[in-house]
Amino acid sequence: MEILQLLLSGLANGCVYGLVALGFVLIYKATEAVNFAQGDFMMLGAFVMVGLVNPQFMGLNFWLAVPIALIIMAVLGYLLDLTVLRFMFGQSQTAVVILTIALGFVIRFIAGLIWGHEPLNLHSPLRLGDVRLGDVVLSMADIAVIVVTLLMTVLLWQFFQRTKLGLAMQAASQNQMAAYYMGIPVKRVQGAVWALAGAVACVAGILYASKGTLDISSGFIGIKAFAAAVIGGFGSLPGALMGGLIVGVIEPFAARFLPSGYSQLAAYSLLILVLIFRPHGLFAQVRTKKV
Amino acid sequence: MRFHFKTSYDQDIRLFPDGWTFSLYAALLVLMLVMPWLISDFYLGEMTNVLIWAVAGLGLMLLTGQTGQVSLGHSAFMALGCYLCVNFIEMGLPFLAAFLLAGVVTGIIGGIIAIPALRLHGVYLAIFTLALAILADDMIVILEPWTGGVNGYFAPEIWIFGVEVNRWVNPSAWYYLALGTSIFVALLYRNLLRSPLGRAFAAVRDSEISAQAMGVDVARTKTLAFGLSCAFAGLGGALMGLFAGAFNNETFNFLIAIQLLMMIIIGGLGFIHGAFLGAIVIAFLPQFLSILTDQMGSSSIPGLEVGVFGMILIAFILFEPMGLYGRWLKIRTWLELFPFARRDMFRRQKTYLKTERLR
Repeated sequence: MEILQLLLSGLANGCVYGLVALGFVLIYKATEAVNFAQGDFMMLGAFVMVGLVNPQFMGLNFWLAVPIALIIMAVLGYLLDLTVLRFMFGQSQTAVVILTIALGFVIRFIAGLIWGHEPLNLHSPLRLGDVRLGDVVLSMADIAVIVVTLLMTVLLWQFFQRTKLGLAMQAASQNQMAAYYMGIPVKRVQGAVWALAGAVACVAGILYASKGTLDISSGFIGIKAFAAAVIGGFGSLPGALMGGLIVGVIEPFAARFLPSGYSQLAAYSLLILVLIFRPHGLFAQVRTKKV
Repeated sequence: MRFHFKTSYDQDIRLFPDGWTFSLYAALLVLMLVMPWLISDFYLGEMTNVLIWAVAGLGLMLLTGQTGQVSLGHSAFMALGCYLCVNFIEMGLPFLAAFLLAGVVTGIIGGIIAIPALRLHGVYLAIFTLALAILADDMIVILEPWTGGVNGYFAPEIWIFGVEVNRWVNPSAWYYLALGTSIFVALLYRNLLRSPLGRAFAAVRDSEISAQAMGVDVARTKTLAFGLSCAFAGLGGALMGLFAGAFNNETFNFLIAIQLLMMIIIGGLGFIHGAFLGAIVIAFLPQFLSILTDQMGSSSIPGLEVGVFGMILIAFILFEPMGLYGRWLKIRTWLELFPFARRDMFRRQKTYLKTERLR
């Protein structure tokens, strides 16, 4: 029973990692850039939600605030692309990596200015109550996280496979020049994917804030989500979810069965092992680079 | 306007292209040597800090600027260098021997770690090294007998040839130690660039596949670059820890590695000068900001430094990707060619992205 409990709570945590990792993969899939600020996006999304819902700020109804927060984050994502990332068009991947790390710093600074540095609690209806399944106790928030994450993954996956915009995004990342020739508005498509990533980050942020407290360094779980995305193989949406679940499940088990001090090592050690033995993740999409 | 009329192949690899450049650097050296008599002890300490950051920055520059491999984990190697140096001193080695040995051992360990990391490109290498930096933080806590764990270490006394190097008693000795190390590392770096290995580094940076086609052993080159880079970072880390006086796992947080990377980008990727210019920015920015907030009459804003630093970095990447030194090169070229300089002389070539993924 204990193992099942650890497994389930690990899965719920893993889903949050998976959701943030989905954001990484979205942007990577469509623009071949890696957004190191995705964790801070999530933090910002959660804070926007806190700003809308909590009584000391605007005190809106939770379900009314969700779409507003999503829209705000999507617009922010689009504006960020419009004002900053579009100028990186046609430059090296590493420059974008460093740019997004810097963006993360700036986002953290701005969030600190607006919402302060004290940990906050989101007034979320998901916080109410636990569900008992036999001996296993799960909070409502955990269940919501798992359900929403699965739904999001399937939706986004289908979006990339089926819809015109999703296919355009894939084409734009595979060969920008050729995509231009085919009449795809590459820059606008990139803007769209940043908006989408903003919205996904917002969902992740809302769920994260529903599970626990929130402060401006919450964005650092982006690093774990990053590990998740790499373990799953960058560029694969189901892979990102799988990676998130693996990282999420390993953590509580390591904390339970390894001596203290070693448990934090588990996730990153796994990451390093995966990178050494399967450099492109478990669901690899890369083969040898062609000239 | 100066013309370089080359009469021998040696001229291409001289340390200084002409007498004018040589005299400029000589003047700079003299200025640096008399610095303790020119500025107060406080600013001398800041200068020492600049030089220490520059040493570590040169290490990362060799890897990122010269060989094109991004590392977000150099704080791990700085920590390694620092703890090795302290442990060697505790074992009874004289400081200079312990210091240099720490650099060498860090370099060897870095080279060994580089072997599996070699297969990784770009972003994957960045993640790998980031994971190393985070692991290093936990490892320092676990390896308490050698590192002092969370409580940390107090830096031992440093004696060099009978002179005590203490930050509070004689700051100028510390300054000369940092200056000597940075000159040593910069000269080593410069000489490396003139050697076949340095050319191989640049070849790997520009295109691994072309480098391979030209007969460069890519794996060996990258391992050497990583090892040398870690050795320099180790020296920088040793100085940083000892200069701070007390250090624990927090001193070499992974944010230090990110700051180091940002620093060399602001300074100018691929230039020795860039490491020094970036170090000046990173060391003096907190002072500058605190003076500024004092002037404005407001109390200190938490996180301001990092936020402003991020904004500066974004501005540089967008508008001046070659960094401060690149900007200076442009100004200098404009002055030298006046009035014939053209706006597009430094224009970047656009590349269009193609995926490396096949599915």
